[in-house]
This record gives sequence, C-alpha cells and structure tokens, in this order.
Amino acid sequence: MLLRAKQQIRDGVIQGLIYLAVLLVSLVFFWMLFDLAHGGAAHLSWQFLTESPIDAGRAGGIASILVSTALILLVALTASVPLAWATAVLLAEFVPAESAFGKIVRFSLYVLAGVPSIVFGLFGNAFFSIYLELGFSILSGGLTLACMLLPILTSTAEAGLRAVPDTYRSSAAALGLSRTVALTHLILPAAAPTLAAGLLIGIGRALAETAALLFTSGYVDRMPGSLLDSGRALALHIFDLSMNVPGGDNPAYASALVLVSLLLCINILAMKLAYGLQRKKIMT
Amino acid sequence: MNDDPNAFTLGPLQAGPPCCEPQPVIQVRNLSLRYNRQAALDNVSLDIYKGCITALIGPSGCGKTSFLSAINRMTDLIPGCSIDGRILVDNQDIHHPQCDVQALRRRIGMVFQKPAPFPLSIRRNIALPLNEHGTTQKTEVTAITETVLRDVGLWDEVCDRLDVSALSLSGGQQQRLCIARALALNPEILLMDEPCSALDPIASGVVEDLICSLQGRYTIVIVTHNLAQARRIANYAAFFWVKDQAGQLVEFGRCRHIFESPRDELTAAYVNGARG
Repeated sequence: MLLRAKQQIRDGVIQGLIYLAVLLVSLVFFWMLFDLAHGGAAHLSWQFLTESPIDAGRAGGIASILVSTALILLVALTASVPLAWATAVLLAEFVPAESAFGKIVRFSLYVLAGVPSIVFGLFGNAFFSIYLELGFSILSGGLTLACMLLPILTSTAEAGLRAVPDTYRSSAAALGLSRTVALTHLILPAAAPTLAAGLLIGIGRALAETAALLFTSGYVDRMPGSLLDSGRALALHIFDLSMNVPGGDNPAYASALVLVSLLLCINILAMKLAYGLQRKKIMT
Repeated sequence: MNDDPNAFTLGPLQAGPPCCEPQPVIQVRNLSLRYNRQAALDNVSLDIYKGCITALIGPSGCGKTSFLSAINRMTDLIPGCSIDGRILVDNQDIHHPQCDVQALRRRIGMVFQKPAPFPLSIRRNIALPLNEHGTTQKTEVTAITETVLRDVGLWDEVCDRLDVSALSLSGGQQQRLCIARALALNPEILLMDEPCSALDPIASGVVEDLICSLQGRYTIVIVTHNLAQARRIANYAAFFWVKDQAGQLVEFGRCRHIFESPRDELTAAYVNGARG
C-alpha cells in the first residue's frame, strides 16, 4: 500500500510540474500580448494605420512603414519562392535521397538556416548594397531576406513533396505518364497545403526580421517612391522608436501590436492550412 | 470453365479457337535482376501467351513482383536495380534504346496490390491518362469512361457521382477504378500485382470475377499468394522459389498441370501446402 501511495504522489508531482511548465509558457505569451495591448491599444487607430510618421514617428502613423514592409516582402518572395520550390522539386523528385548531391545541398541549407540574421545583413550590405550598387534600398533588403528565406521554404516544400504517397508516382508511371505530368497534375496539388503553410511561415519570418534589414533596406521612414528607395520595415520601426526616439514608446507599442497581430493571423492561417487542408486533400 | 484444359483459348477476341497453338506475346529470356548487390531473380526464361491469364505463384521474396515490374520497365524507377537478359514484347526488345518506355507502359497496363486511385474525381482519374496520351475530345473521353466503367462493373455504382473524389470509394471500388483506368488506354497486356490481397473477401470476389471476364480480351499476368485463386482463374501458372538467395523459376505449365500433376517435388510440396 505504501508503495502504491508513493507512486501516486510521484505521478501527481510530475503531472503538476508539467502543468506548471505549460502554464508558464502560455503565461509569457499572454503577458506579452496583454502588455502590448495595454501600451499600444490607446494609440492604435485608423489614422495611425493610414498616416505617415511625423517627427521621427512620435506623431502620425505607420502608413509608409507598412508599404515599405509589403514591398520588401514582395521582393523577398518573388526572388526566393521560385528558387526554393524548384530546388525542393529537384531534391524530392529527381535526386535520390541518399545521393551526394542531395546531401550537399541539404547540408548547405541547414547551415544557411543557422546563420544569424545580422550576418545576412552584413552579407546583404556588402553584396547587394555595395558590390551590386543597389545602395540602401527595398531591393537590397528584399533580396537579403530572400537569401534568409531559402532554407525554410526549401525544406518545408521538400518535406511536403516527400509526404505525397509514392503510389501516385508509380501509378502515373505505370499509365505511361511523364514525370512532368505526374508532378503538375498530381504531386504538386497534393503537396499544395504544405507548400502554402511553408510560404506563410516564411512570410512570418520575413515580417519579423530586423537585423538583416538594418544594413540593407535602411531606415528612411518616408513613403518609398520606387524599389530603389530606402524603406523602413515595421520591425525596424519598432526598434528605432524604442531605442533612438525619446518619447516614442506609445507608437512603438502600437506598431508592435500591429506586427504581432499580423504574425498571429499568418500563423493561425498556416496552421489551418497545414492541418485542415491536408486531411481533406486538394481536389481539382 | 477453367477445368477445361483448353480454357485459355476461350476468350473471344484475341485468342482464337480452342484448337490453335498458344501464341507467345511476351518472351522472357535468361532474365536476371539485382537490387544493388542482392540478386532477386536468377536466369528466368518464360513465355506469356496471348489472351491467357498467367499466374505467378510462390512464397514471399521469390521475385514474382520483380519479374512483373520488369515487363513494363517499372524497375527503371527503382534506384540500384539492374537487369540482365532479354524481354521481348511482340518480338520487340523492351530494353532496346529506341523503345519508348511511355508507349510501352501504355500497351502494358499495371494494377497494384494497394488500390492507388489519384486524389482526383472519378472522372478525372480516367480522363487524365487519356488526355495525356492524346485523346482530348470530350465526347470521346466520356464515351471511353462509360465503357471501361461498365467493363469493370462500376458504372451503375458511380454513374451519378462521377465528380466526387475517387478516394471516397470503397477499397474494392477503388481497385476496380484502377483497373478501369488501365483499360481506358486500351492496353494489350495487363500486369496485376496481387490485386485482391488488400481487399475484403466480397470485394476480392468481385475483382476476381472481373479478371476472369477480361480473359481472352487481354493478356493477363497476375501475381497471387492465393493458390485457390490462381487455380480458379489462371490458364497457366509459373512457380517461383528462392534458391541460393535468388528467385528462380521452378516450373511453368498449364495451371491444371501445376496444381494436379506437377513435375517438380518442390512445386508439389508448395501447391499442397506442405512448404512455403
């Protein structure tokens, strides 16, 4: 009986500790959300979203910042998505999983995924801004972000393609269909939910990026006139307001609230796509 | 009807009258197949006769499926698989550099063990391969779809829901759809890799009846672990066994002879259930 009681107490303690850990983790998230809402909600308004910043961001809104962010994101995705998905198709469909080539490509992607973003920033500054003479511009920033997104986009897409049952490939081959037909009509549609989820995760990463953009897209806060203009991303705006602008705390909070809401929406969407659609299967 | 020793000639279209000589359509000569270093088949020679059902029997791992996949060069897709020997289909070497693999696979349909419909609608499952092989006229595709679905006895079950996902069908229906999909390309030869083993007994019976009904119209090679089924449906049987760690053909002949008066002791032991 004593042994039994001991076991029960031990189980109870372990369970309690696990619940505590879960509670702490969620507490951090909700506390942050509450803090942001508390500090920023009062400052947040329609005007804040539609006006350009005045007086280094102490007054006015974040319209130009949002536009710059969107443009940087657009450049980054336009450059990285085709490259990443093509690489994924090559790795998953055309190269044997154990081949030296596949291993080398995968290894370089792992390394790339582990590189700190400030290093990407320095690289982008040296290569895009100075060597290619793109200067501090939305184009340099977007291309630097594209380099950062390559590993995440490639690995999610490759995993998605590999998850497509091999029976589709063999059935298609047995019917005399070419690999291109199998790929475009069967395998890519079946992998679409994972591709989309990977894309959304990538967008989330790009939205949150600060360090890589500091040296590449710059921090001019006016409305960008072209892709070769400098533009300040939302995350960078928050950094600048809180570090360099005395009295910028409230707009910083409000901007952070906007950023976190965007990220939250994107993450929820990604989860929905990854779990919901995959079970349903894509129909044509 | 399979008790008739000449049953293999009963098919109406290709096989001719019962008196005629069996006509080899696939000739396999000294076929050896290995996966990397591991030999899977050793020196197999075998004729497959036109319009007949040939059953490949034997224990697991004796190379039946490898043999089947070599016939339509599905073995090309397996990394490390290498082939020696010759396979002639209508006297054409299928490993000849000028042989068009996609055309070959169109002529030689294949049905797998696990039903593998595409995650598309029932209609698209049949239309996709047709379209890709050049049949794009909508009316023609519709007509072929109805014909093959009737051939496999699926038309009445699905004619009012051709646009629902093929994955919503039952296992037996999915397998019949896969057979219909293969038939739509109008193949001469059908390779079947244990088409009934993943199905419940009733669905299995339906598919078995379907295979019997295809006899004579198509040349069928079927791998089966179910000896009773082989005995019921096949005209010819080939018995494979593992010797020296590689699959070998032990005996080939009329199904009836293989089951009732086998020449080889091993065959006798296997078909009587004493070994394997």
